[in-house]
Amino acid sequence: MRRFALIALPYTWLLALFLVPFLIVFKISLSDIALAIPPYTPTIKDGFSALIRGLDFENFIFLTTDDLYYKAYISSLQIALISTSLTLLVGYPMAYGMARAPAEWRATLMMLVILPFWTSFLIRVYAWIGILSNEGFLNQFLLWTGLISTPLTILNTNTAVYIGIVYTYLPFMILPIYAALDRLDDSLIEAAEDLGCSRLSAFWLVTVPLSKNGIIAGCFLVFIPALGEFVIPSLLGGSGTLMIGKVLFEEFFNNRDWPVASAVAVILLLILIVPIVLFQRNQQKQAEADT
Amino acid sequence: MKRLSTFNVTSLTFGFAFLYLPMLLLVIYSFNSSRLVTVWAGFSTQWYGELLRDEAFLSAAWITIKVAVMSSTLATILGTMAAYVLVNSGKFFGRTLFSGMIYAPLVMPEVITGLSLLLLFIGIGLDRGILTIVLAHTTFAMCFVSVVVSSRLVSFDRSLEEAALDLGCTRFDAFRLVTLPIIAPAVISGWLLAFTLSLDDLVIASFVSGPSSTTLPIKIWSSVRLGVTPEINALSTLMIGIVTIGVITASLISKRSAVRAQKDAQAAERSA
Amino acid sequence: MAKPKPDTWDNQFAPWDNPNEKPLIRFKDVTKRFGDFVAIDSLSQDIYEKEFFALLGPSGCGKTTMMRMLAGFENVSSGSIELAGQDIANVPPNKRAVNMMFQSYALFPHLSVYENIAFGLRRDKFPKDKLDARVAEMLKLTRLEKFGRRKPHQISGGQRQRVALARSLAKGPKLLLLDEPLGALDKKLRQETQFELMDIQETTGTTFVIVTHDQEEAMTVASRVAVMDEGRIIQVATPGGIYEAPNSVYVADFIGDVNIIKGTAKPAGPDQYFVDWGVNQAPILATSDRPFTDGQECHLAIRPEKISITKAKPDEAENAVQGKVLDIAYLGNLSTYHVELPGGQIIKAQTANTRRLSRRDITWEDPVWIRWNATAGVLLER
Repeated sequence: MRRFALIALPYTWLLALFLVPFLIVFKISLSDIALAIPPYTPTIKDGFSALIRGLDFENFIFLTTDDLYYKAYISSLQIALISTSLTLLVGYPMAYGMARAPAEWRATLMMLVILPFWTSFLIRVYAWIGILSNEGFLNQFLLWTGLISTPLTILNTNTAVYIGIVYTYLPFMILPIYAALDRLDDSLIEAAEDLGCSRLSAFWLVTVPLSKNGIIAGCFLVFIPALGEFVIPSLLGGSGTLMIGKVLFEEFFNNRDWPVASAVAVILLLILIVPIVLFQRNQQKQAEADT
Repeated sequence: MKRLSTFNVTSLTFGFAFLYLPMLLLVIYSFNSSRLVTVWAGFSTQWYGELLRDEAFLSAAWITIKVAVMSSTLATILGTMAAYVLVNSGKFFGRTLFSGMIYAPLVMPEVITGLSLLLLFIGIGLDRGILTIVLAHTTFAMCFVSVVVSSRLVSFDRSLEEAALDLGCTRFDAFRLVTLPIIAPAVISGWLLAFTLSLDDLVIASFVSGPSSTTLPIKIWSSVRLGVTPEINALSTLMIGIVTIGVITASLISKRSAVRAQKDAQAAERSA
Repeated sequence: MAKPKPDTWDNQFAPWDNPNEKPLIRFKDVTKRFGDFVAIDSLSQDIYEKEFFALLGPSGCGKTTMMRMLAGFENVSSGSIELAGQDIANVPPNKRAVNMMFQSYALFPHLSVYENIAFGLRRDKFPKDKLDARVAEMLKLTRLEKFGRRKPHQISGGQRQRVALARSLAKGPKLLLLDEPLGALDKKLRQETQFELMDIQETTGTTFVIVTHDQEEAMTVASRVAVMDEGRIIQVATPGGIYEAPNSVYVADFIGDVNIIKGTAKPAGPDQYFVDWGVNQAPILATSDRPFTDGQECHLAIRPEKISITKAKPDEAENAVQGKVLDIAYLGNLSTYHVELPGGQIIKAQTANTRRLSRRDITWEDPVWIRWNATAGVLLER
């Protein structure tokens, strides 16, 4: 009996506040705009068959007619992909350096990587406005060094979004890669060198393949949230920056079109399912390899 | 023997500079006397003063803290229960759905979570306010808590609980007297994580908050959209400062207890 | 104090031979399944009060499952377990007068040694004024008086083992279960602790059931040993009985070192048989209480130390075979000679090294004679 209560409480909570809301989104995405004001007709009260008949894919069809949505999905994928690659380029050398650092430094370096994660996400994104704006610190610095003569426009472009994503999600990339590299036995590198590898080829042939799982985990951990990102494109991106999270937010708050917003959400989720399943599989494989 | 190459040193230096320079600039310029945030005009703490006199900010901060304390406490209780069920309960009806609902919110885009909860609250006629934010935050934070706690429970020696039962404990007593004290560090870090997530959340709160329940991130958001302001710099500095002190303290405590544990182990070896 | 030492041959302590004695524990046709896997296969066994009963077997043989059913952590699938005449199937672990010492010790890391020992007493609402005395008594019994205030991680492995013992004994259980209690200790400490465990069992008069895979440990501490395999008890007997009179090749092979010679039996007088075991070999003479029919397949089990080895042909031996020394394992106090017989079979013969190494005359490739008496071995069906 007590065991039942133990399971039932969190279970019911998640059913009521996670699954049910989600089904509502799904249902509204199939409703008509005029009706989609509470209590969203067709309602269950009208009977199940009426419910089914009243629902249609109109909103989804609408999404295909306006190329704004289609472009937003593509551009979200593109931005997430590019920023994930950039994050890997920045994160891998850092994780590698941390794994090779003397043992007594590593705890401190770890803490330094995690610390930003505990500080406000919003503030970390905000910090870049002052750096990237036309009269910001970066332009001041570049003008001062004489590298450029007129300020660069970075803020409100996709470049700023890339920088923002790399900056805020860097810890997610570093930690799994570091964990993989940390477990790496030094003698493997020594064995590779002993067998005739140069330093660099030992790195490519031994270190990189053995940290593969860390790289994959890190990439997914960046890619998945980046795809639905809202804050970064809204603050750092420009009017030309299309990201699906931003479109959803605006569709909902500015246009008040709930069915379309819901349809956008459903499609975003469908797009996310593939990387999430791949990520889960990678984690499972790794867990099995560990045991 | 490992040695840091020039490449390692360079990547670490630039990497950490990249991570910390933006925040450092923020902190420095919060003490700028000029309203022009990128031009240094001399040292001043006037923005802190203005911040502390700003009623809207103070009340938003107060609401945020109230929400964070309530939701993280609820999330810790529910998340610990969920973790305990996931790790210890073996098979039960709907287990796959349950673990799916625990893991899904971790990867769910905030816009979707926020939208779906808002539609639920409207559907059942619940007025948006502090309660709805607490409900929303508890839901996604409990999943994080449960992941943190279950990773500790997995390595928890089940025979400790069996020993407690063997010595006459009921199941609940065994949990209260043995399991909970041992997994307490994980439960506490779960609470801290939930607290931080709640403190930090903008997107979900934007969906489910009402006009009378503006949280600090929403307040910051609405001023930040208009550009950089020195008050926000001051506020950011305060928040960064609190977090830094907290994290450093926590890591010092854990380092000290690790050192003590090592000393104890050595002493135990000698006394054997 | 009269010591109910297990391998006393004068039947000082042998309640299992007394038909009037009531068993403390009675397994009645107990079966335990985990899904399709049968962990315990319709097993019946009695265990008597004040016994030191050892369950011995390889991992996966079901010995731990038996113990966990006694403690109440596993339910029986069919059959029943009685403790002092009461069926304990529906008694939860926290209501059983049975305590367990865990293999990992399962000491509560957040409680001091004192609080660990007091834990069970506090659950029973043991009177406060007597609690202190009881814990002190337990600390004294296990020689831990100085360590009461320490935490488990502040004491050595051997001390932790004693805390675990003290904690499980504190409530004065009718039955104490010990799951590989000495497994985590190094060899020397383990041997010392075995005797300590026997002393404590004697002092407290508690019935002990111990699970172990270490045959030496079982032989040293137990009054009776049950050898298990695949969910069944193969043989239950005193350590001496198990060693000297195994009932099967499995038991003979599991306990100690043994030579097994396969052959066919031919009656050769009262309780005596010839064993035909190889072409061109004289049959072996062996005695056996167990009857064999003419031509029945049999296995002769002989311990290496019961076979002697000489260079010269022995004069009058009941069994003597010539062979060649293949290997010599020098163990310090003993040497084991691996002798290859003409048919290719290898027989181990063990001698005590009473002489200095340089004085011994048998070496590799030497032709030697091995011999043994008709009563040296045990004739087994399977």
